[in-house]
Amino acid sequence: MTQPTANCPNCGAKITFRWSGSVQTVCEYCKSVLVRTDLDLQKVGQVADLPPNSSPVQIGTEGIYGRRAFVVIGRIIYEYDQGNWNEWHLVMNDGASGWLSDAQLEYAITFSAPGQTLPGECKLGQEFRWNNQAYTVTTITKAHYCGVEGELPFQYWDKSDLLFVDLMSHTNKFATIDYGEDPPILYLGEAVEFENLKLKNLRSFEGWS
Amino acid sequence: MSTSGPASAGMPHVKSLNCPGCGASLTVRSFGNAVTIICNSCHSILDAQDPKLKILQTFKAKANEDPPLIPLGSRGTIRGVAYEAIGFQRRTIQVEGISYSWHEYVLFNPIKGFRYLTEYDGHWNDVSILRSLPDLSPGEGSLKYLGETYNHFQTANAATSFVLGEFPWQVRVGETVQVSDYVSPPRVISGEGTRKEATWSMGEYMAGREVWKAFNLGGQPPAAIGVYENQPSPLGANVKGVWTLLGVFLAALLAMAVGFYSVARDEEVFDQTYMFDTTPKGEASFVTDTFQLKGRTSDVELTTSAQVDNNWIYINYALINQDTGHAYDFGREVSYYHGYDSDGSWTEGSRENRVVVPSVPPGNYYLRIEPESDPHRGTITYTVTLKRDVPQASFFGIAILALLLPAGILTWRSLNFEHLRWAESDYGKAPDDGSLLSSVENIAGSFKSSGDKE
Repeated sequence: MTQPTANCPNCGAKITFRWSGSVQTVCEYCKSVLVRTDLDLQKVGQVADLPPNSSPVQIGTEGIYGRRAFVVIGRIIYEYDQGNWNEWHLVMNDGASGWLSDAQLEYAITFSAPGQTLPGECKLGQEFRWNNQAYTVTTITKAHYCGVEGELPFQYWDKSDLLFVDLMSHTNKFATIDYGEDPPILYLGEAVEFENLKLKNLRSFEGWS
Repeated sequence: MSTSGPASAGMPHVKSLNCPGCGASLTVRSFGNAVTIICNSCHSILDAQDPKLKILQTFKAKANEDPPLIPLGSRGTIRGVAYEAIGFQRRTIQVEGISYSWHEYVLFNPIKGFRYLTEYDGHWNDVSILRSLPDLSPGEGSLKYLGETYNHFQTANAATSFVLGEFPWQVRVGETVQVSDYVSPPRVISGEGTRKEATWSMGEYMAGREVWKAFNLGGQPPAAIGVYENQPSPLGANVKGVWTLLGVFLAALLAMAVGFYSVARDEEVFDQTYMFDTTPKGEASFVTDTFQLKGRTSDVELTTSAQVDNNWIYINYALINQDTGHAYDFGREVSYYHGYDSDGSWTEGSRENRVVVPSVPPGNYYLRIEPESDPHRGTITYTVTLKRDVPQASFFGIAILALLLPAGILTWRSLNFEHLRWAESDYGKAPDDGSLLSSVENIAGSFKSSGDKE
């Protein structure tokens, strides 16, 4: 993996990209949101303080999903009325981009699934079928962007209200539609057991070994 | 408190905060996962996501409110994972005007997440959230999950009536949610919320002593009262298995019987006819000639047949081993009466009597015979026959009974257990799923309804 480097246009700190596909990153020091252009990095915003973090995952956490190893390079935090959740941005060892969501320590891995027909809106209990798998709408969540960290495959740092539709299946297959984008984006994946990801470089928790 | 500032890289730790309502200190145990936290001093429900801990609700708690049996902050190990008890709530349902309450404990591990323990009348369940949807039957009378069928047990509106500690969701006292339970002991699948937006969880029955062991609690767990919806039958619910085993035993017994019958010598070793003069004239006893009992140690069957006619004869026998002097003493009576009365002819007794002397070693034997009867009744002719190594059908009969009896008792007790379980359900009886219990209840029900008609 190439690791292009640059300097933060705001504070001059060294910015290292772990993934060549990254469009956006956040300066670790001054929390400037930086977007890659053809020439250099541009500061497009500033990250507010992140909410208290309780995820055991962090930037640099490594793991294995199926046959592919991955490393965590970025994160989006969303907030809703039942708390907040993390979407950890993964780069797989084949260069693909994926997401590990940690919603109050319930974990799921999803990948963007373009080219599927998506409904304009969803109702609870509605069923859909993608890639020969039936999904049922189980939760419709009004959320808002709460913070970003690290490298992301797109520009993402505003705070607008967002609509997420979660779908479960009769297996551990799981789907999310992000209606915050136009057109909406479908993510397909599955609920995962934490220990099956064989994660390394996790955070430690005081009082817990 | 550290919710401001660059917290993302900070190490989470147990934070000490103060209640904005009363100033009492609060402990946050689940780091940023807590959504609501309850002040134990003033019973304020606080917004744990808000740096100022906004008060969302305050509630009144009874002075005699049951404290959590697992004190909050206790650590225990469930399925090899350490968990800390961080939240406690009492939930109440109303069934026919009567309140039933159970307790739920929120368990937390910073990596494995949340798990729950529920307790009702000393019955415990280890509960975790399902990650896939169960398959509800069209009538919602049952559901399928991982190939297993769960029968609907109860649907009720559960109200949160008391809370303590912290919760990973918005909890409020008085809030009501519909809860439907589907059971397949020792498991229960519960759906909370409307059918369209249900959160499904699975509980597995735990005995109080297992909870006590897991959390290293002192004293004794409260005794379990009655039969709980997903309590496994202590008889190992597997009544079918018992009957299968019984079948195997019966087959083995049959094979044994066949073996015994083919091996048995069934040999007549002695046969003599005697006359007994009932006129008293001194000593009536005598000894027979010696005869040989061959082969292995086995039984001896002695048949006494006497020509008695409205008469009886009683014979004291001693089967004596000539070589060792060991004697088998026994007495047999043969009596036969008959007559005619208003009901017609009648008979009583029999002219023949059979007795089995078990486990007689081989050797030379003779019989000492001493007949008795009423005096002055003429002469009674009787025949004594001895057979060696006779297969005894009665032995197999007893063995079959000995097998059937416990299986029958077990089945009855198991049916009784299931009956008690389902008596507490919305239906008051077992689901009509073709099980033995449902068949029995259907039969009982049809008797009852036919009785009602009369």
